[in-house]
Amino acid sequence: MMAYNGIIILFTLLIALMATIMPMPLSVEAFRPDWVLIVLMYWCMAVPGRVNIITAWVMGFLLDVLLGSILGVHAAAMAVAIFIIAKNFQKIRNFSLWQQSLIVGVLTTLYHLVVFWLQRSLIDVTFLMSYLYPVLTSVVLWPWIFLLLRKVRRHFSVK
Amino acid sequence: MNPIFKHGPSPQYRLAFVLFCSAILIFFDYKTTSFELARGYLQSFVSPLQYIANTPKQMMTWASENIISRQKLMAKNQQYRLNEVVYHEQTLQLDIIKQENDHLRSLLSSPLRIELKKMVAKVLSVDSDPYKHQVVVNRGAEDGVYEGQPVLDALGIVGQVLHVGQNSARVILITDISHAVPVRVQRNGLRLLASGSGRVDRLVHNFVPHSADIKTGDLLVSSGLGGKYPEGYPVAKVSFVSQGKSRKFVRVHSTPIAEIDRLRYLLLLTKLENKNSGIPKKEKDSGGIH
Repeated sequence: MMAYNGIIILFTLLIALMATIMPMPLSVEAFRPDWVLIVLMYWCMAVPGRVNIITAWVMGFLLDVLLGSILGVHAAAMAVAIFIIAKNFQKIRNFSLWQQSLIVGVLTTLYHLVVFWLQRSLIDVTFLMSYLYPVLTSVVLWPWIFLLLRKVRRHFSVK
Repeated sequence: MNPIFKHGPSPQYRLAFVLFCSAILIFFDYKTTSFELARGYLQSFVSPLQYIANTPKQMMTWASENIISRQKLMAKNQQYRLNEVVYHEQTLQLDIIKQENDHLRSLLSSPLRIELKKMVAKVLSVDSDPYKHQVVVNRGAEDGVYEGQPVLDALGIVGQVLHVGQNSARVILITDISHAVPVRVQRNGLRLLASGSGRVDRLVHNFVPHSADIKTGDLLVSSGLGGKYPEGYPVAKVSFVSQGKSRKFVRVHSTPIAEIDRLRYLLLLTKLENKNSGIPKKEKDSGGIH
């Protein structure tokens, strides 16, 4: 894992985790993008040999611990979303940025719905439209994250 | 070095494997309580992340507290001094009333109220998971926090401790959908159950009969039944009562007294080991808050 600057991948993922739990004002709280999922998507697309479904599951598990949700819920949703990327990374890589954004939108929606369905089957929660607000911010953020992480990857020559 | 054809198991197998792991985890975490201990360890394991994630906010607070004009400080100081005089006078009265109350209770030979030890904790992070109402505080097993410990803020009951880590703990709030507090109406002693609704500003009360005397604006205080929460702390104020005769029960909603969405400092209450079960002790130190 540490060869070819694998530590950079770990570092970006840790920052994403922190951004997910960082306290924010209540008004923007609902719009918090899915940092971990976006960063995982990028790495899975760029270096699929290093970041795969197992990595996604472990990050989701950490998120479960940090958020205090039932262990395994976020992990499963994360793994499902990254599975689609891992299956199609060669196609998605060749899409333009805005097309990738759309795919990010679809996958983050899927992620939130899987989390909701699992929670729904376990505890009595009701669906609110605001649960899908993060999808909007994630879609808007994707091009910038993509460019930033590509710069990081090239600078540290992560393979 | 990047092979076109990857080695290792295919994505399908990996997905099946991790989903199986998830299913097992969900089953054991949800259906059994065997994960409580593991959760404690995991909580201590990730608490550095929470502390680091909290630093930007802490720095902002530090800045806003340190960069303040002299005038403001003086005005605040003045205000505090006035408050102190008022509160001090109230404590004097409170001591006398407490003694009198103890005396009367001993005359009635009913058990004394149990003294509670208080510990101040700071909120480290608030969960961004919309399905759960929980916060993490900066006290843990090392400070003597235990599971099920009642948590208050300056205004009223906030919730109870859910998981304890080494030096952080997770508090479930009264507005969480899986939480309920036994309360009573202060005005007439009517007993109710205040369940969380998943909304920060609302508690719901189920199974209130039509004959119940309850109206908007009633203060609900903890009833002490169930033994989790101490008696007599404010919980919520009734905000909505609907007497639809077509329903079996009255619909009652209330708003929490504690500022659930603006929590910063919390009080953790600890029951002192007090074995008086009817025979009150004469000598009691009237120290107030320790």
